[in-house]
Amino acid sequence: MSAVVHDHGHAHDHHDHHGGYSGLMRWVTTTNHKDIGTMYLWFSFIMFLVGGIMALVIRAELFSPGLQVVDPDFFNQMTTMHGLIMVFGAIMPAFVGFANWQIPMMIGAPDMAFARLNNWSFWLLPFAATLLVLSFFMPGGAPGVGWTLYAPLTVQMGIGMDLTIFAVHILGMSSILGSINIITTILNMRAPGMTLMRMPLFVWTWLITAYLLVAAMPVLAGAVTMTLTDRHFGTSFFNAAGGGDPVLYQHIFWFFGHPEVYIIALPAFGVVSQVIPAFSRKPLFGYASMVYATSAIAILSFIVWAHHMYTVGMPVTGQLFFMYATTLIAVPTGVKVFNWVATMWKGSLTFETPMLFALGFLFLFTLGGFTGLVLSLVPVDIQLHDTYYVVAHFHYVMVAGALFSAFAGVYFWLPKWTGKMYDETLGKIHFWLTLIFFNMIFFVQHFLGLAGMPRRIPDYPLMFETWNKISSIGAFGFGLSQLLLLYIVIKCIRSGEPAPQKPWEGADSLEWTHLPTPAPYHSFETQPVIK
Amino acid sequence: MRGIRTAVSVLAGLAALAMSGGAHAIAWYFQSPASKMAQDIDTLHQYVMWLIIVIFIGVFGFMFWACYAHRKSVGHKAEQFHENTTVEILWTVIPALILIAIAWPVTKVVIAQKDTSAPDVTVKVTGYQWKWGYDYLKGEGEGISFVSTLTTPREQIEGKAPKGENYLLEVDNEMVVPVGKKIRVITTAADVVHAWWIPAFGAKQDAIPGFLRDTWFRAEQTGVFRGQCTELCGKEHGYMPIVVRVVSQQDYAKWVGEQKAALAKAAEDENKTFSVQELVQRGEKVYAANCVACHQPHGKGAPPAFPPLAGSKLVTGSKEGQIDIVLNGKPNTAMQSFKQLNNVELAAVITFTRNSWGNKSGEVQPAEVKARRK
Repeated sequence: MSAVVHDHGHAHDHHDHHGGYSGLMRWVTTTNHKDIGTMYLWFSFIMFLVGGIMALVIRAELFSPGLQVVDPDFFNQMTTMHGLIMVFGAIMPAFVGFANWQIPMMIGAPDMAFARLNNWSFWLLPFAATLLVLSFFMPGGAPGVGWTLYAPLTVQMGIGMDLTIFAVHILGMSSILGSINIITTILNMRAPGMTLMRMPLFVWTWLITAYLLVAAMPVLAGAVTMTLTDRHFGTSFFNAAGGGDPVLYQHIFWFFGHPEVYIIALPAFGVVSQVIPAFSRKPLFGYASMVYATSAIAILSFIVWAHHMYTVGMPVTGQLFFMYATTLIAVPTGVKVFNWVATMWKGSLTFETPMLFALGFLFLFTLGGFTGLVLSLVPVDIQLHDTYYVVAHFHYVMVAGALFSAFAGVYFWLPKWTGKMYDETLGKIHFWLTLIFFNMIFFVQHFLGLAGMPRRIPDYPLMFETWNKISSIGAFGFGLSQLLLLYIVIKCIRSGEPAPQKPWEGADSLEWTHLPTPAPYHSFETQPVIK
Repeated sequence: MRGIRTAVSVLAGLAALAMSGGAHAIAWYFQSPASKMAQDIDTLHQYVMWLIIVIFIGVFGFMFWACYAHRKSVGHKAEQFHENTTVEILWTVIPALILIAIAWPVTKVVIAQKDTSAPDVTVKVTGYQWKWGYDYLKGEGEGISFVSTLTTPREQIEGKAPKGENYLLEVDNEMVVPVGKKIRVITTAADVVHAWWIPAFGAKQDAIPGFLRDTWFRAEQTGVFRGQCTELCGKEHGYMPIVVRVVSQQDYAKWVGEQKAALAKAAEDENKTFSVQELVQRGEKVYAANCVACHQPHGKGAPPAFPPLAGSKLVTGSKEGQIDIVLNGKPNTAMQSFKQLNNVELAAVITFTRNSWGNKSGEVQPAEVKARRK
């Protein structure tokens, strides 16, 4: 990637732009939003592969009933670390990478508001990731408690648990600093005439997401800190014998955990809201209602947390409140889906790779939303809670939702970032392989859950064998298909055709209309005036 | 739902043919309901699924029609409309009304599901790492108490023997209940959070250490019903099934009689003195049911989480030290209290560990365990 960004500097003076350092130090010291965005994206891709390999270990063990590949303890470590790495290491940093690259360009600013803080927000991540990976080499290994880190199982774990807690602290710090930067940039650095209600929807979704992060991440930090003191300093927050309550942990965790779902989903909505109008050659339908729907989802996300806990034994009024509040989320989410479809309606559609991934997102994310509606209903959820139905549901939201939209974003903006076009044919092959294998892995998991297979088990009764085999084969296909993405991106950077300023006919935000391709190192040295 | 059921069964059948070793029946939907609650859940699920399928086809019908008819490649020109307050209001209000149509029948089931009043039999179910304890608290059978552990042999799990029909779904002591009676299940746990679940009854309840929670079921047919722990509870989470045998009223009365007689005999045994050989023989079975998952068949454990017993200072040291650890557990480790076992079982298993794998440190009698119980 380094050669590419150097290319940007041709029209200007090199030293001025890269702070006088070259090689590795240039990346360590950089305060440029594009360099930092690039590092976020590469970091998240590496974590995506690491978490993906863990998923393949899980699927390899589940190919057949019985224990073949790993022992149950290591299996639990895999499910835990797969979840933590994918959520905090792969998906969240990927969207922060998009925010870094795109927000200054889309609002007409030269860079992010706090350039040095931006550098630090990124460089905290490799340390957190290292702590997570190191936990495998501690006595007792990594924690085998699930990514939700439920007490009091966490108290039984070895020192790897403490490393994980510190990693979560550092990840949270990184997210909060990044969010403060994003909020400040959006509120203070918009070009003259770029009113809030004229901002591209991607910027809106990130503004709202950043507020969610600032509100939710400290709650998680609190939960894991209480776990830490329960483990080592004799407190009893989650220990009934000392006056605490294990269920308290779950309340605190999900008070963070449910907004977290939207922290991941909202930027994905933002990307799709840029891509669909561009390839429909038609403005986004219902811009204002999209902004209101996004805000409504964000606010509702704070009052639905206990729908993850219907089986802990709440009073009936509690169950009913959380059920009604949860089903309400279907309303603003529905509004968004209807608006996207209305945007396409009577447009002039083409189906390049970004659009394919956006359509895949729309179709499959909605399916995940519908299974969410099924799970919001208390009696049905009690039957399906902690089964593979839930696993299928949240992978439709996290993978077909967030990851597909991230892929759409990568293909959409790659020409602007690198100055070169990716290979369209290969991109389409990547899409179809990803789509088919994704459904092969996760669609059948709905059946497993309905039939009663609990999640997080290394071994299962015989009636679940067929679906597990299909799912495992799909997983390996999916994993291999992602190497194609790596190849496509490298090929694009090395030998792609030069891209025009606006390769997508219908794209209309500032980075396409006002900036050359590739985008200059300091996006807007003079702010454009938006009329 | 029947049409879909058939279609998926056909697909599943084809998939099964394609797979080697797919001889086992394929499960893809809820188990046949054996209680009204499970039936209600099934009905609700189908009701919502149909609504979803209709909406899904409607919305994506529009999307795919746009993809087909409004393509640039067929020369479709984009119109530039981008706002319509009327449709925005419509597609906010209509989904809200659909939600109310869903919420009404669901609310009735939620309220019924929480109503644990006036049970015929009350059973306390305790989750342990990794087995279930059952204590019949009230109603016919009051006083019966046992522990229920997986009986699938390790050889089947490790692939050294063919897997049986009820692989991972079989236990030594099944929970037995009379048909047609309201059974209240009070859950709790000794160590970490577990979850007790029988899918065919639509009853699932987390078992939370230090707290009591409850659920209920009324089985409408006799038979054996199987489920698994559904809350991650550590290493052997996948190996603590729940099996409930529903029997006729007469058979239940007979079972209660047998259990009471066995309890009376066990109470007598407490005061007996056994030979080392008797204790070791009995202890080996107790060890296989309760200890082997962590401390391993060879007694070498899996350090550091699960320490070895062979040559262990504790096991070869004073009897009292070992009795106390087995009775009370060791805080903040996976070693939990085994108070739920009776004094004979504890004396037997302690004697077994003190006389196996090269250990030679004498026997422990039931009376000695009884003396250390607080």
